[in-house]
Amino acid sequence: MTLLGTTRKVPKFGARYVLESQIRAMLKFFWLIAAMAILNPLLYLVSFGIGVGSLISQHIGPHGIDGVSYLTFIAPALLASSAIQSSMDETIFSTLEGFKWRKLFFGMNATPQTGNTIAGGVFLAAMVRTVIGVSVYSAILYFFGAMNSPHAYLAIPIAIFAGASFGAIMLAFASHVHNEDLFLTIIGRFLIGPMFLFSGTFYPLKSLPSALQIFGWISPLWHATELGRYATYGHQISVTMVIIHFAFLLVMLVVGLFFGFRQFSRRLAK
Amino acid sequence: MSENLIEVQGLTKKYGEFVAVNGIDFHVRKSESFGFLGPNGAGKSTTMRILAATSRRTSGEVSVLGRDPEIHGPQIRAHLGVVPQEGNLDVQLTVTENLYIYGRYFGLSSKFIRSKIDDLLEFAQLEEKRDTKVDALSGGMKRRLIIARSLVSDPDILILDEPTTGLDPQARHILWDRLFRLKEDGMTLLITTHYMDEAEQLCDRLIVMDKGSIMSEGSPAELIREHSTREVLEVRFGSEQNVRMAPAMEKFCDRIEVLPDRILLYTEDAEAVLEEIVGAGHSPKTSLVRRSSLEDVFLRLTGRSLID
Ligand SMILES: Nc1ncnc2c1ncn2[C@@H]1O[C@H](COP(=O)(O)OP(=O)(O)OP(=O)(O)O)[C@@H](O)[C@H]1O
Ligand SMILES: [Mg+2]
Repeated sequence: MTLLGTTRKVPKFGARYVLESQIRAMLKFFWLIAAMAILNPLLYLVSFGIGVGSLISQHIGPHGIDGVSYLTFIAPALLASSAIQSSMDETIFSTLEGFKWRKLFFGMNATPQTGNTIAGGVFLAAMVRTVIGVSVYSAILYFFGAMNSPHAYLAIPIAIFAGASFGAIMLAFASHVHNEDLFLTIIGRFLIGPMFLFSGTFYPLKSLPSALQIFGWISPLWHATELGRYATYGHQISVTMVIIHFAFLLVMLVVGLFFGFRQFSRRLAK
Repeated sequence: MSENLIEVQGLTKKYGEFVAVNGIDFHVRKSESFGFLGPNGAGKSTTMRILAATSRRTSGEVSVLGRDPEIHGPQIRAHLGVVPQEGNLDVQLTVTENLYIYGRYFGLSSKFIRSKIDDLLEFAQLEEKRDTKVDALSGGMKRRLIIARSLVSDPDILILDEPTTGLDPQARHILWDRLFRLKEDGMTLLITTHYMDEAEQLCDRLIVMDKGSIMSEGSPAELIREHSTREVLEVRFGSEQNVRMAPAMEKFCDRIEVLPDRILLYTEDAEAVLEEIVGAGHSPKTSLVRRSSLEDVFLRLTGRSLID
């Protein structure tokens, strides 16, 4: 015998309601997020693009690195790193917030929402922020003339793809975290710092000693940057490498989502 | 012809080796107000979470609204209102926004939720606070808001885990009044508490839990009748003296309980016993005649006080 009426159903695609509330929460910090989205690219462009860029064109020539202007060279890398930064912020902090700081997920989970829909909503919200962030960033790059290679726009989807992959991995990690201080320290000091330094963002990875190139190989940012350079101005890499870069990001995305969704469900059903 | 909305048989929950709930059986009928009375760590919240389809059981049979919460979790949760022991309101949002997003999690339309918000705010007596951030609410207001929030989806069963713990007496009375209204409207209520007065006021039937097991089950009146006497005489001889006086007191009635600050004498006629005690030349510093309560039932069943 079942006493459940048919009046109330489990909502279809419940993740969209979680997405909705995540966006509502984000809007509370609209100005902060907007300021970061605009100031970050400006700072990088002025200091590196223009500062370092003019040094390079003075000393090496206008097509000093990889046969293109310095701005064209760093644009795909800057876009990808901004995408990674925003999706990471959003997945990590929403997840810690939801499981630990304000325990919001436990409230959501008392409704028809499940670990999967909650993880899905959090991830989608991170992607919304990433897409908007990357759009703003590319508009600013465009304004600075850093998007004038023929296929420059291709850097946008590639950056978003990189953001999705890294966000998925961070969703998985953050959902396992019980000691967030330690976690945030490790992420901040030992992961993000080196990743941004050793991913060939501001100079080709090849110019590093080979021992340090390993950082690039395990860094989604490097893979995304290489893909972006290949797509936007025809940076010379083999088809095999293109496939490897793409596969690396795809595997990260799938593995991250798999373990993230699984852990959300487990942790909520303890 | 009352139907059971909840049926539980041999429910056991272990956390690792630790047995938090140890093979309990009970059922809850439609429109019944059912209580779980027990001290800290009795397993009340654990049981609630399993019924609310947010925690997996280790063994036993559980049916909520005719279905197994482990298999049909989301479907069951669509019919429940849950007030957790630990508040999980979004303190960065306003009162109204909290009600709104919670309704959205049920997939309710914006229009439907908006049409309900005024009623919910009135129920929670929070009309004036509708646009206040939850951060700025008092404990009692937050509690009322969580209860209002649990009602946004018109639930069939309302699960309340210690709805009034930590509130001052006035705030508790306001909440009891709200819950009593729901009960009158025929809502099925599950309430955990370690306040016997709360259980007595709100519960048609309750189970007394301790260390994961059910000690007894019945209506408050039945439990008192079964496990205690009609009246209780409380006498105090001063902190040092109570234990020393205990053997003497035993002669005046069938059963006594010696607490650190007082002795309880269980009897059908407390006035008469007090007269006898005084007549025998004992002089308690203070004395109190009262009716038996669930506190006495609990003391009898477990040898311990409810609130430790
Ligand atoms: N997630 C958990 N992991 C390990 N042990 C737990 C967990 N949750 C509860 N317990 C243990 O299970 C026992 C029962 O806990 P529960 O929260 O159900 O008690 P309770 O009756 O609700 O107590 P209280 O009145 O303090 O809320 C306690 O000993 C508690 O420490
Ligand atoms: Mg509890």
